Amino acid sequence: MAPPAEVLAVRGLSKTFPGVRALDDVDLTVHAGEVHALIGENGAGKSTLIKLLTGVYRPDAGRISFQGREVSFETPLEAQKAGISTIYQEVNLIPLLSVARNLFLGREPRTRLGLLDFARMNREADEILRTYGVRVDVRQSLRTLGVGAQQMVALARAVATEARVVIMDEPTSSLEPREVETLFTVIRRLRDEGIAVIYVSHRLDELYAVCSKVTVLRDGRRVHHGDLADLDRIDLVSTMLGRELGEVRAEGQTKFSGEHLIADDQPVLSARELSARHKLHGVSLDIRPGEVVGLGGLLGSGRTETAKAISGSLALSSGAVTVAGVPLRGGSTPAAIRAGISLLPEDRKSEGIVPGLSVRENIALAVLPRLSRFGLVSESRVDGIVDTFMKRLRIKASSPHQKVGELSGGNQQKVLLARWLAMNPKVLLLDEPTRGIDVGAKAEVQKLVDELAADGLGVLLISSDLEELIEGSDRVVVLKDGAVVGELTGDDVTEDQLMRTIAGEAPPRGTPEEAVTHG
Amino acid sequence: MSVTKTDAPMVTASNEPTDATEPAGSARSERLSALVQQHGALAVLVIVSLVASFSFDSFATGDNITNMATSSAFLAIVALGMTFVIITGGIDLSVGSLFALGGVLAAWGSRHGTLVALLLPLAVCGLIGVVNGLLVARSRLAPFIVTLAAMLGARGLMLALTDEGANTYLIAKGSFLAELGQGSTLGLGNPVWITLALFGAGAVVLRRTRFGQHVYAVGGNEDAAALMGAPVARTKILVYTLSGLLAGLAGALNAAWLASGVTILGNGMELDAISAVVIGGTLLTGGLGYVSGSLVGVLLLKVIQNVINQIGSLDSSYQLVVSGAFLALVVIAQTWLGRRRRLM
Repeated sequence: MAPPAEVLAVRGLSKTFPGVRALDDVDLTVHAGEVHALIGENGAGKSTLIKLLTGVYRPDAGRISFQGREVSFETPLEAQKAGISTIYQEVNLIPLLSVARNLFLGREPRTRLGLLDFARMNREADEILRTYGVRVDVRQSLRTLGVGAQQMVALARAVATEARVVIMDEPTSSLEPREVETLFTVIRRLRDEGIAVIYVSHRLDELYAVCSKVTVLRDGRRVHHGDLADLDRIDLVSTMLGRELGEVRAEGQTKFSGEHLIADDQPVLSARELSARHKLHGVSLDIRPGEVVGLGGLLGSGRTETAKAISGSLALSSGAVTVAGVPLRGGSTPAAIRAGISLLPEDRKSEGIVPGLSVRENIALAVLPRLSRFGLVSESRVDGIVDTFMKRLRIKASSPHQKVGELSGGNQQKVLLARWLAMNPKVLLLDEPTRGIDVGAKAEVQKLVDELAADGLGVLLISSDLEELIEGSDRVVVLKDGAVVGELTGDDVTEDQLMRTIAGEAPPRGTPEEAVTHG
Repeated sequence: MSVTKTDAPMVTASNEPTDATEPAGSARSERLSALVQQHGALAVLVIVSLVASFSFDSFATGDNITNMATSSAFLAIVALGMTFVIITGGIDLSVGSLFALGGVLAAWGSRHGTLVALLLPLAVCGLIGVVNGLLVARSRLAPFIVTLAAMLGARGLMLALTDEGANTYLIAKGSFLAELGQGSTLGLGNPVWITLALFGAGAVVLRRTRFGQHVYAVGGNEDAAALMGAPVARTKILVYTLSGLLAGLAGALNAAWLASGVTILGNGMELDAISAVVIGGTLLTGGLGYVSGSLVGVLLLKVIQNVINQIGSLDSSYQLVVSGAFLALVVIAQTWLGRRRRLM
């Protein structure tokens, strides 16, 4: 057999967005018949790279060669026609149209009269889908299929358009384990047919199951590339997170004050066996008053979902949350807020602040109903609360009436924090509280979290920043694929241990609360 | 496309055919819901008609039926165009004004012969449709606002042509145009035949051509349709053009039927057309719909109107109340069915 041809070669690709260098001089080489893992944490540049390859963005610098020719795609459609197809995380088909029509949209077989030849279309669709292990009535509408089968239709469509490279962006994020197996069988078949697959996933098991090559991105740069077999899991995780094993500082420049005094041994928040389809599989955790519990794991491991489940904004299939001994009615955000749970969401812009409103209005937003009588808001009480929190959280604004949109990221985050603190919560869930804010503000927010815990609040801290997680938390619960795989306590709360646990190596003392079970 | 034959094993799901789909029971209720959504209006039409023909002697008479058919024809033609627009997820509020404008243009042009009388409204209303489509598709403006502007503009243009409605242009008796509107073939008025022909063609276009597939695809998921290579902008421009053309044609035929371009017509017609389309089972959110349903929807509105007229004691104002209540019921039922089928 001749050596496999280089089907896609990316050289020196760079892309800058206002304020961010999303991709910096990145190379990527993919050969025919290769399944190539593309990995990296959030913000590493994976999505940017994919969007550059598929014509969604145009590069600032660098070249993309596809099948030996330099290309520059203007639209995703052009890339698709040239032979680079993408399967997105969310199925991108038309749910109301029939399966066969989705498969053939844009290239339907026609009769001599120019009318669509449904008989042929349905017959061929059936034949094609069978080779993907999908046996359904192709005349029924796509949405009646399970997500896995829909994903297969998308894949069949992508390959049928003469694709030479298929990019799969977290294709398994909503699949059942058995559907994942089906997908792998198809991927292996594509590989044997000489099609190159670029596979993006955070699930290490999957990467080792189907990929032969790997490219690791971090902070917009390529930090590793080569055979996946040459890299064991722990190295892969440390490369991805940018932490050298053994070189981890014994003691970081701590912004946190270390261990907290845990006054009461009764948990203020107790989550039991939280499960949500595809997302969480029996996650349990306790938070005691005055304790900061870290939630570790890779992107997509279920950290945000856990926080959302506790705060009632993610529907659970089973599981229970109790706050200070009182069971919480599931799936209701207002009930969770009333019970004393406050969530600082990961995405400040879309789920938190109202940029057009003032600092004062943003802070008072959630607490307003409590400050009003007969529907009328007591202005003086609002002023009191706003004043208190602006001082306490050291919010830097020209006045309480400045628009929040004009503040820095760190101050926006503090405004959000103030909004929830004004509610007098018992438990604070912080999802990436320091993402995207500058170093000084970061330290301040971290210090605040510390003070709040010292005041007796139970805190759940989610962070991709290992140092922040290790130094800020009294305990760290580690998630993987939506299940708890370990818990670090006491002296085990180190970056080294955390990475080993994430990689699934050497579980820490004691057995994990929940074994990882798949099907 | 080629079906690749490799010796890759058939994967697990293939051994259990129901795996990929939802449980069989829900498939049956899904089919039932789909059936109700598609043909519910027809069932109601049949029931209402049967009850009416037993209750009123004058309902099921030849005259009454042909009258109802002819007077339904014009709204039906407008609703046909509206069906395409709504399936793409859009809305066309300009059709009532275009209907009136088309009628006036046809009557005004009839002095230059039938050809001018037909081509002039088609050209003008079609052009307004193209502009609607361009603004919606290329400038990405909301269809509601774009066609609202066109509705006002077209009505203004029509008033300018008729000196604020003071001038009524007549269509000469005995001309081919008058024959087209007033004559009948095999016992049914010519407008009825034209309407049936247009619906037949519309059904074929919608179900059996690529353009039709694109109409559904754009309404079903615009972003996905674009990624799958459907010409989203072109499809949108075409449906608004089609809607404009059909509204103009309906206006011209109506003028021929009345022998004059009546300026007060078409007010609120866009809403009647939308009602008929929705009653006929087309989703207002797009992606699903049938031209046959829209025809049934128009007939149902007309039959209800006729029945209320038959009940002599009932003030005809109540006709609006009944139509409104009926529309509300249909929308509630559709939403319910849609939720059941998880369309929304």
